[in-house]
Amino acid sequence: MKKKYKIEVDCAACGLKMEEAAEKIEGVEKASVGFMAQKMTVEFVEGADPAVVMPKVREACKKVEPDCEVFI
Amino acid sequence: MTEKQKIMVVRIFIAAALLVALEFVPVEGWMLGALYVVPYLVIGYDILRKAALGVSHGEFFDESFLMAIATLGAMVLGEYREGAAVMLFYQIGELFQSYAVGKSRGNISALMDIRPDYANIEGENGQLERVDPDDVEIGTIIVVQPGERIPIDGKIVDGTTTLDTKALTGESLPREARTGDEALSGCINLSGVIRIETTKEADESTAAKILELVENSSMKKSRSENFITRFARVYTPFVCAFAVVLAIAVPLVRMGLMGLSPDWAVWVERAFILLVISCPCALVISVPLSFFAGIGSASANGVLVKGSSYLELLANAETVVFDKTGTLTKGVFDVSAVHPDVIEANELLHLTAHVERYSTHPIANSLRAAYPNEADDCKVENIEEIAGQGIRAMVNGDTVCVGNEKLMEAIGADWHPCDHTGTIIHVAINGQYVGHVVISDVVKATSKRAISLLHEAGVKKTVMLTGDAKPVADAVAAELGLDMVCSELLPADKVEKVEELLSQKKDNDGMLAFVGDGINDAPVLARADIGVAMGAMGSDAAIEAADVVLMYDDPQQISLAMRIARKTMSIVKQNIVLALGVKAACLILGALGYATMWMAIFADVGVMVLAVLNALRALSVDKGGVVLMEAPQPKPVAVAA
Repeated sequence: MKKKYKIEVDCAACGLKMEEAAEKIEGVEKASVGFMAQKMTVEFVEGADPAVVMPKVREACKKVEPDCEVFI
Repeated sequence: MTEKQKIMVVRIFIAAALLVALEFVPVEGWMLGALYVVPYLVIGYDILRKAALGVSHGEFFDESFLMAIATLGAMVLGEYREGAAVMLFYQIGELFQSYAVGKSRGNISALMDIRPDYANIEGENGQLERVDPDDVEIGTIIVVQPGERIPIDGKIVDGTTTLDTKALTGESLPREARTGDEALSGCINLSGVIRIETTKEADESTAAKILELVENSSMKKSRSENFITRFARVYTPFVCAFAVVLAIAVPLVRMGLMGLSPDWAVWVERAFILLVISCPCALVISVPLSFFAGIGSASANGVLVKGSSYLELLANAETVVFDKTGTLTKGVFDVSAVHPDVIEANELLHLTAHVERYSTHPIANSLRAAYPNEADDCKVENIEEIAGQGIRAMVNGDTVCVGNEKLMEAIGADWHPCDHTGTIIHVAINGQYVGHVVISDVVKATSKRAISLLHEAGVKKTVMLTGDAKPVADAVAAELGLDMVCSELLPADKVEKVEELLSQKKDNDGMLAFVGDGINDAPVLARADIGVAMGAMGSDAAIEAADVVLMYDDPQQISLAMRIARKTMSIVKQNIVLALGVKAACLILGALGYATMWMAIFADVGVMVLAVLNALRALSVDKGGVVLMEAPQPKPVAVAA
């Protein structure tokens, strides 16, 4: 399952870091940050619940990039 | 400007004013240093905080960390002015970057602002209620007033109006629409109030699909972007290690092995300069920004590119393969010649139109179109369709047969062939041959120019694939100036042909683009290096399978798309060379001790500003004299491939 989330991120390098951080979270198959579009596309592992996974993704992103925001 | 940016502007002004003022303060030594800490903190507190947070999370090598270390280092070494100034310029650069990015993002979203954020639903007493289009279920009646955009795809159930379809098809002439017609989201309702019964959900509607395509385009990253990502990953740690070597190892070696004085201060300062120079932001920002601007400028010209990787491939296209029907030709069949033997030409058209009265075959449509006043008082009866041959009917008591040579043979009429290319429709009255009508697919007005533009752009081979008979295909190919033509192909043969052409390519650099109208050529679109679907709005399968979607029905858009792709790629290359070149030069100078802190600021902020400005050039593209068709033909309903 794929879902798109609006995000706020200031620099392209930070977007990359968010991608990496998000992909380490259990339940995330692949994460892709469109810095220009300010969107994050998350592909979830079969059976994963976005409502459970996404807060963890947000937390992980905040850790690598304190200024970022993921709107769940 | 956003709130964040405004605050930054204020901070920049305060810090700059303080720095200037400090030039005139008559204090020396640590007192002066203490004073400089004030503007330094005003401008850099957030960077310091970010760096500290990064370190506590084990994230060492980011921009904030580099800037914090370098500026703190400068302050400790007594270069107060430089330390604060580096931070100031760094923040100015960041502000400029975020402003430029926000601005171009705004420009592009304005171009693609085709999806309204509300739909009108009629309440019980006839008052209109605005609702979120996402909440509208299929089959709901929505009201679209003049001047509003249609939010959801559907069918007009009440009202007559004209629609501006420019956002979807590029057609500048408004289109008439009445009850029963399809209404696609993204069109502007120009004149009357219409009621639309929705046939899709908002997410599945045309406007949403287009937006999604453009938004997702930044997700499919190109080789250049991936290169930058990988590069930045090794580069920053490498530079940091190098700086440590300069600051610690070199003085130690000088002291231990060479018996010289260690000059700690000199080498540590050089290491800090190196760190400032090394910020990879110019590269990391300018490459994706260039692609984004390129994709934006393509969208503005009606070319939707699904990802920056396709822009990269398109720039290297050397072979362009066209499916004939619907791309180079209009895909609608028009009467191109009338050859009567014994009766008047008009009478011949009159009779054929009558016989074809109820047929829905595309050829019948064109025959009727050639004689607009078909509904006269002639008596037409006993219409009988003879499969694979034609139609027989009684017109005013005479038996009229309209069909191919097989039908003529079957009724024993004395027919003769025609020297025109196209589909020949023979006509016989009471078994006597009276003449024929030639129907052919009409070549688009801009096709010839489109092919020559492609050749000018350096495309080595243009190929046309078609199911048409060889003489017809050869005639069209010669007229348009194509290099190669493959005729009499079945739809399945087209994939094979494209595969053959792909294997013929000598090197892997030249890419093969396939251009189709999206009707039954999805497999070919997927197989080619770059699949280009043309005028495909409303055909979900084509939008899905294609890498590039041309929204207008004009083949000249392909060369326009290539121009945009090439300009973008050259800007990307310039930026990579500029950023890497200046950084490399400054790094070497810095290590040798020739670079000052000021030079380092230029290498970081200056190069980034230049790279961003250069990237924004991709937003505007010289069309190279390409004038797109003013009013493209509407999409044909049925096409024989």
